[in-house]
Amino acid sequence: MSDDDVFRALADASRRQLLDRLHSENGQTLGELCQGLGMTRQAVTKHLAILEAANLVSTRRHGREKLHFINPVPINDIAERWIGKFERPRLAALSKLKRTLEGEDHD
Amino acid sequence: MTSTVASTFVYVTFIRTTPEQLWTALTSSEFTRQYWFGMHQETDWKPGSSWQLVFPDGRVADTGEIVEADPPKRLVLKWRNEFKPELKSEGYSRCTIELEPIDGAVKLSITHTMDLPDSKLIGAVSGGWPRILSNLKSLLETGELALGT
Repeated sequence: MSDDDVFRALADASRRQLLDRLHSENGQTLGELCQGLGMTRQAVTKHLAILEAANLVSTRRHGREKLHFINPVPINDIAERWIGKFERPRLAALSKLKRTLEGEDHD
Repeated sequence: MTSTVASTFVYVTFIRTTPEQLWTALTSSEFTRQYWFGMHQETDWKPGSSWQLVFPDGRVADTGEIVEADPPKRLVLKWRNEFKPELKSEGYSRCTIELEPIDGAVKLSITHTMDLPDSKLIGAVSGGWPRILSNLKSLLETGELALGT
């Protein structure tokens, strides 16, 4: 996988929505991820395969179930490449300000 | 997570190196300090031995035990926080580190789990692991660190 795979995987609102759902609740089955989404099971399966190929989602077997986990490491690699250590506190403050002002908190 | 009562995070990165070099990077204090924010581990890496993660100033951050050590493939640790009472009270988590050679690189998977829903410890370490792994990848692939310590 490459940075291109990561950006391509992220360039789709449905896939970002799946990552948001894993971010709020990690380790979900395909069935759980499909609940309340306006997507067919086949579409979700396809999107998860693209996210897994980009290493943004990893899976673990748990008994008969396959659980999906968000893997933020490739996104962190991209962030480190351009952001660097000195800007981190300032960016965190700006990002917090934006979330507070816009009233949306994805944490 | 909904499927079990445990809290689990799984981190995966692919590093262009050998399993032996990656194992050394994961287990040598000299190397660990370079990518783990100046921290180092104290243990002899034998199953049953004690394990400690130590801050640069000598305070103990976390303690535990080596459960399995199969170099250069698999390492399992019992892991408990020592410096925050609300984390320490959760008891021991389990950290499984797996190295798998794939196409000239090594797939490094870190699974950190606690048998509690919404574990505060797992929440606390979840912010650290991606940064540690980015540092480690950068250090092994380029000889430089992405972050200072």
